[in-house]
Amino acid sequence: MAEFFSMGGYGAYVWPSYAMTAVIMAVLLVASLRGLKTTEATFERLKGEMAPAKQNTQETADGDEA
Amino acid sequence: MHRFANPTRFLRIAAAVQPWMAGLTIVLLGVGLYMSFFTAPPDYQQGESVRIMYVHVPAAWMGMFCYAAMAVASAVALIWKHPLADVAAKATAPVGAAFTFLSLATGSLWGKPMWGTWWVWDARLTSMLILLFLYIGYMALQGAFDDRARGAKASAILALVGAVNLPIIKFSVNWWNTLHQPASVIKMGGPSIDASMLWPLLIMAVGFKTYYVWVLLVRIRQELTANKVRILRLKQVHGG
Repeated sequence: MAEFFSMGGYGAYVWPSYAMTAVIMAVLLVASLRGLKTTEATFERLKGEMAPAKQNTQETADGDEA
Repeated sequence: MHRFANPTRFLRIAAAVQPWMAGLTIVLLGVGLYMSFFTAPPDYQQGESVRIMYVHVPAAWMGMFCYAAMAVASAVALIWKHPLADVAAKATAPVGAAFTFLSLATGSLWGKPMWGTWWVWDARLTSMLILLFLYIGYMALQGAFDDRARGAKASAILALVGAVNLPIIKFSVNWWNTLHQPASVIKMGGPSIDASMLWPLLIMAVGFKTYYVWVLLVRIRQELTANKVRILRLKQVHGG
């Protein structure tokens, strides 16, 4: 086990390489997923707020219907 | 191709494809990591440090691949004004920048024990650093205009001009003297690397690619939804 982690003496170079790759890829993914969730929540909220106004002005609130 | 350029239809397809990309990425990276550490042998010259290759090389490939994708999408956006092309280019930039940074950082960590230095100003490393600056410039330029359309256009032109850097990166190891080793996978006459090392490398590379598609879908969905939010806000101000 210790032998595996020492990576033939190169552990100090191998592990940071993998750790940095994992952290950066995970952060970018989580940030993107969160951004999507927040924007979708904002969209739903705005759509809800606009719904009563829609009846008065005869407007469709978004271009979702195709 | 035109059918997928409809943002509404794209949103539906993207939401359906996304879980598949997520699953594929997790499986590929799991298998790739296992092979990188347990089935791939140490190098006869570089010992265990060669395992850095399995993240370094796919990251560098992705840095270049994402830039090529960004340049093509920018060209499509400029010439045909496809509604999705600008969005796709914009969504690609941070992923490409992240991979380019990772290739530089892991390369540095590999260079220290093997070359005896973290960094040299040779053609391969310098052209890769320029690639990172191109990504950063692209993202900065996009946000630098009050008018979003102008920002998109200016950054698309930058992406196209910067594409000249791609062949320079690829052939830098042949054109100039460098510490960096020449190509051993993508070259005339086929790969010159043993199957026990080639397979984990390719699996990791495909895993990075599906990761890119996964993040790309998420970011495009976010961007399209943000556009709808902007339209609603305008209506709220002007129409209500």
